[in-house]
Amino acid sequence: MQQEIVISAHNLTKKFGDFVATNQITFEVYAGEIFGFLGANGAGKTTAMKMLCGLSTPSSGEATIAGFDVYKEPDKIKQNIGYMSQKFSLYEDLTVAENIQFFGGIYGLKSKELKAKTKELIETLGLTNEAHKLVGSLPIGWKQKLAFSVAIIHEPKIVFLDEPTGGVDPLTRRQFWDLIYAASDRGITIFVTTHYMDEAEYCDRISMMVDGYIKALDSPENLKKAHGASTMDEVFFNLARGAQRQGD
Amino acid sequence: MPAVVLNKISKRYEKGHLAVDEASFSVEEGELFGLIGPDGAGKTSIFRILTTLLLANSGHGSVMGFDLEKDFKKIRETVGYMPGKFSLYPDLSVEENLNFFATLFNTSISENYDLIKDIYIQIEPFKKRRAGKLSGGMKQKLALCCALIHRPTVLFLDEPTTGVDSVSRKEFWEMLKRLKNQGITILVSTPYMDEATLCERIALMQDGKILSIDEPKNIIAEYPDPLFAIKAVRMSDLLKDLRQQDAVKSCFSFGEYHHISFKNATQNQTQNLVDKLSVLGHAKLEIKIIEASIEDCFINLLSK
Repeated sequence: MQQEIVISAHNLTKKFGDFVATNQITFEVYAGEIFGFLGANGAGKTTAMKMLCGLSTPSSGEATIAGFDVYKEPDKIKQNIGYMSQKFSLYEDLTVAENIQFFGGIYGLKSKELKAKTKELIETLGLTNEAHKLVGSLPIGWKQKLAFSVAIIHEPKIVFLDEPTGGVDPLTRRQFWDLIYAASDRGITIFVTTHYMDEAEYCDRISMMVDGYIKALDSPENLKKAHGASTMDEVFFNLARGAQRQGD
Repeated sequence: MPAVVLNKISKRYEKGHLAVDEASFSVEEGELFGLIGPDGAGKTSIFRILTTLLLANSGHGSVMGFDLEKDFKKIRETVGYMPGKFSLYPDLSVEENLNFFATLFNTSISENYDLIKDIYIQIEPFKKRRAGKLSGGMKQKLALCCALIHRPTVLFLDEPTTGVDSVSRKEFWEMLKRLKNQGITILVSTPYMDEATLCERIALMQDGKILSIDEPKNIIAEYPDPLFAIKAVRMSDLLKDLRQQDAVKSCFSFGEYHHISFKNATQNQTQNLVDKLSVLGHAKLEIKIIEASIEDCFINLLSK
């Protein structure tokens, strides 16, 4: 089976002085896949993600994202990916419609396209009555759903989600995953980090980082089998318990 | 006498947002009590009201018998508070921070060292390091030491495990258990539903309201319907198909399985469902009856 590779990392490494934050990680992510990027606090996930998003130049190793080289074409990478985190998402002081137009504009959508897209998004999210309200006044669940939709407004090949569901209520968390599945069905590759181990189960494949290394990479089912575990929580515990590094 | 009493407390902020809506509960002395709910549920507002940093608009309450309004100075002397946001002095070292808080409360590190010893020895190798330069996990441990150094009677911990990985979360709850065993009353909040069962009693909160207060096992026992876990090869399609089934009342993804309940209990309901799903092309179907989790209960309360 020939699968299109959208992320490929080979011995990707980032050092800060003597400290090796990300240590020779090697992996591939396929088109349309939901890829869970897990690890303990301080394992090097954020550093790795920054390199993959073209925000941080690696110390050594290679990586291509959506076909673009992390050293030579970081700007191309930024144009072809979406990014959303729990912390940075939308401008609270802009309305729903203004946020969509702002980010759509940044991602280079033409005004006609943007108008149509804004209307479509507001309708599918059921925000017609809220379109001209400030985003700051919306419940967090709606904010997160809107933020995700905005992150993929330019139909990127890959979207990076950094703990998108932290602090969100359990009902909204599940509605959020419905959006993730829908995007994945449309062929958008999902690269996601989470602290919720039930969400790890929703991923096609998972990598587990410990102390800068990728310690395991497989489907949730195979990981559980390999560790004789009945839940992903146990697998995580098995792998991360020996971690030397603490928090970050 | 309960250690903490909250009686119909409401808080409306200037912009009009009703953060806490007639919340009432009490925490017994020596109890480990959890406020469970997502962001925006009102957990932090309740902590700020109980630590006398914020005045409620209506209702009243007390901590160790002291009134929240009249006796606020007494309350401040007796409680320990670890806010959700890191609030120590980043420019002071680990040791200096701890010394500072001990001095504020007219005590010394050595006087209460036994209480923090288990936690402090984990950060002691870094005692000369500035607090701002610590890792997340170590900041959290230092903040807990500073909240404990005057031997509080009641400890308020606002989301101490948010954003913390599951291994460190387990360690943190072990620490709480040991503090509880020393007789300290603990009120702790968390957005992680799986931590609810580690508390003796919990209040489930959403949008400023308390949905339910009880021991976790009683909340679970009150789940209204028999609950089933179901899985098949294509889980995302299974979810969509289950939602189309007339017999299915509720259906939510829960990790490896989806959890479902039926509208009316009938004898062959599970077999009938499996048959229908097989016709729709689902393979390796597996269905079993399960006990509800706190998260199932929370979703059920939200869906009402």
